Amino acid sequence: MGEVKRGYVRPLDLKHGCVDLTHGSGGRSMVQLISELFAKHLGNEYLGQGNDGAVLPAPTFNGRPGRLVMATDSHVVSPLFFPGGDIGCLSVHGTVNDVAVMGATPLYLAAGFILEEGFPLGDLARIVESMAAAAKEAGVPVVTGDTKVVERGKGDGVFITTTGVGVLPDGLDLGGARARPGDVILVSGSLGDHGVAIMSKRENLTFEATIESDTAALNGLISAMLATGAGLRCLRDPTRGGLAATLNEIAGQSGVGMMLYEKAIPVKPVVAAACEFLGLDPLYVANEGKLVVICNALDAELLLNVMRAHPLGRNACFIGDVIADDHHFVQMTTAFGGKRIVDWLAGDQLPRIC
Amino acid sequence: MKYIDEFRDGELAKNLAQSIAATVQPGRNYSFMEFCGGHTHAISRYGLSDLLPPSVRMVHGPGCPVCVLPIGRVDLAIRLALEQGVILCTYGDTLRVPASGGLSLMKAKARGGDIRMVYSTTDALQIARDNPGREVVFFAIGFETTTPPTAVAIQLAAAENLANFSVLCCHVLTPAAISNILESPEVRQWGTVPLDGFIGPAHVSTVIGSRPYEFFAEEYRKPVVIAGFEPLDVMQAILMLVRQVNEGRAEVENEFARAVTRDGNLKAQDRVAEVFELRREFEWRGLSVVPYSALRIRAKYASFDAERRFKLDYRSVPDNKACECGAILRGVKRPQDCKIFGTVCTPENPIGSCMVSSEGACAAHYSYGRYKDMH
Repeated sequence: MGEVKRGYVRPLDLKHGCVDLTHGSGGRSMVQLISELFAKHLGNEYLGQGNDGAVLPAPTFNGRPGRLVMATDSHVVSPLFFPGGDIGCLSVHGTVNDVAVMGATPLYLAAGFILEEGFPLGDLARIVESMAAAAKEAGVPVVTGDTKVVERGKGDGVFITTTGVGVLPDGLDLGGARARPGDVILVSGSLGDHGVAIMSKRENLTFEATIESDTAALNGLISAMLATGAGLRCLRDPTRGGLAATLNEIAGQSGVGMMLYEKAIPVKPVVAAACEFLGLDPLYVANEGKLVVICNALDAELLLNVMRAHPLGRNACFIGDVIADDHHFVQMTTAFGGKRIVDWLAGDQLPRIC
Repeated sequence: MKYIDEFRDGELAKNLAQSIAATVQPGRNYSFMEFCGGHTHAISRYGLSDLLPPSVRMVHGPGCPVCVLPIGRVDLAIRLALEQGVILCTYGDTLRVPASGGLSLMKAKARGGDIRMVYSTTDALQIARDNPGREVVFFAIGFETTTPPTAVAIQLAAAENLANFSVLCCHVLTPAAISNILESPEVRQWGTVPLDGFIGPAHVSTVIGSRPYEFFAEEYRKPVVIAGFEPLDVMQAILMLVRQVNEGRAEVENEFARAVTRDGNLKAQDRVAEVFELRREFEWRGLSVVPYSALRIRAKYASFDAERRFKLDYRSVPDNKACECGAILRGVKRPQDCKIFGTVCTPENPIGSCMVSSEGACAAHYSYGRYKDMH
């Protein structure tokens, strides 16, 4: 990444300018886009190295060598800007959370941008600024990146792929195969906020009440939980497919069943109402700042107290038990008093007709 | 949620369950058909059958709009999208209904068909206004609940001279389907489907009222209780049906009085009558050809009728041989009686239409209740 001498170049027109194919062609415009937009907002000592790759110190955990955790996530959300966030901060939170739920401390991010010809530079600047703010808040710098431009009609404005690296201390394992009958299931707060916020902004769907996405980086909350030394079995962030997909995944990996208690599952009234109206089930709706915790039953109270003391876990609560079940079903005692399965989602959640 | 939570109260459910258990007569079995998919869904989702005594059996009826849609009708819509290049708009669940050649509207979309999911007919009209150079067809399905909005859309299109908008009308009628079930040999002659009464439709009845069911109660001596789609509504309706059976009554009772009147929504009925007329016959999945059971667009609005406009000729396509959707829709078989249930036919890969919508008997049992077959 070179730099173009300031005095001889018109700055990027963030007010009226648009992405064009030259911004991805390797020439002067690309360098300008990188330096005036990406480097300006995301800049740090590693990104500033300006080479094809970032040279990073070998990671340690409390001064001792740990294991590397790496996760990647592509973000294609539509609309790009939604109540409570945008694709920029979402692309940081999503990957930071994937690393953090492994029990690792997220250290670095890489970001790949695919921009569509004609995309307003002003919107791109807003996205990059939001990304920078999210990275700063999470304490995880973007150390390397890439930009490509595709012709108009071949993208959807902006796609962002982020890859995260973290360090995991030896001896800690929070994989999905560790749930045991007798364990309990906790969540860090209300479910379905992100998915409903997105849907409420999609074409032709407007609600009077604003529903905000819960998009947030969970590494702070998780490190507070890890510091207690409590018997954590497994952590997950219930993104696509919602709580239902996450629990079915863990039930399958661990070879156990689960019993949820519908009355205990937190869903905001406005989210519940929107789901009711749209014919959706909040248990299947995506979250971007929530944590599902499976832990030893004896440590549940301790963990809930620590979670509730953190701003992202204020409404943490107990929602169910891990049980023995050869069929690995996730079941639920309904608020009505009956029982049913909480199954994998089949296809996409489509609204029912009547 | 106000006006919703009151109808999902677990404590009240317990009381109702006790009343039902206390009201059923020892040694007597009760078999009730819930006509609507909305009731089927509520029964499964809230685990309602766990609250009923073993002598009360619920039989799932054919009232799931996408379940009764025959393959040939979906084929017509797919042909419009792939061969005629129209923008085809339809409601969510319809996208997954299996059609000929391994296709569905969802798969046709992946092959390049411009197929769009809409939440209402007004969305479809807006798409037509925004794309004046393209033909926009609304694939209209459903019972009497979804018919008035289609009628209004056609009237609006006529008033606006929206020449690129038309409707592929597949609206069907509830009373005709109930008659068909009551006249079926399984119910009438052989008695293989014991039916002691019906839970009558919720949303459909808000439009057509409770009067149309009076004929069934009288002619076939079957009690009908119209019920809302909330679980407490269904429990209350079951209690009312048990009481009618015990007392030898066969009347139409209205549990859903907060929304349904005897005459229904007269304004909506007028709109429907203005735009639509009865079809002489219509093929249903599961019930085969049922006379006077569906609507078509009147000649006055012929230019908005996609069947006339694109000269579509309907071809009946038989269901997959192993599929028992037909028998399941008539209440003759239960989902778990079908050989391909849960093995070949799953919600991810539905062979029959009952596996498509969460209101379908097979999908509801697969998604919410199949653990009962295994434990």
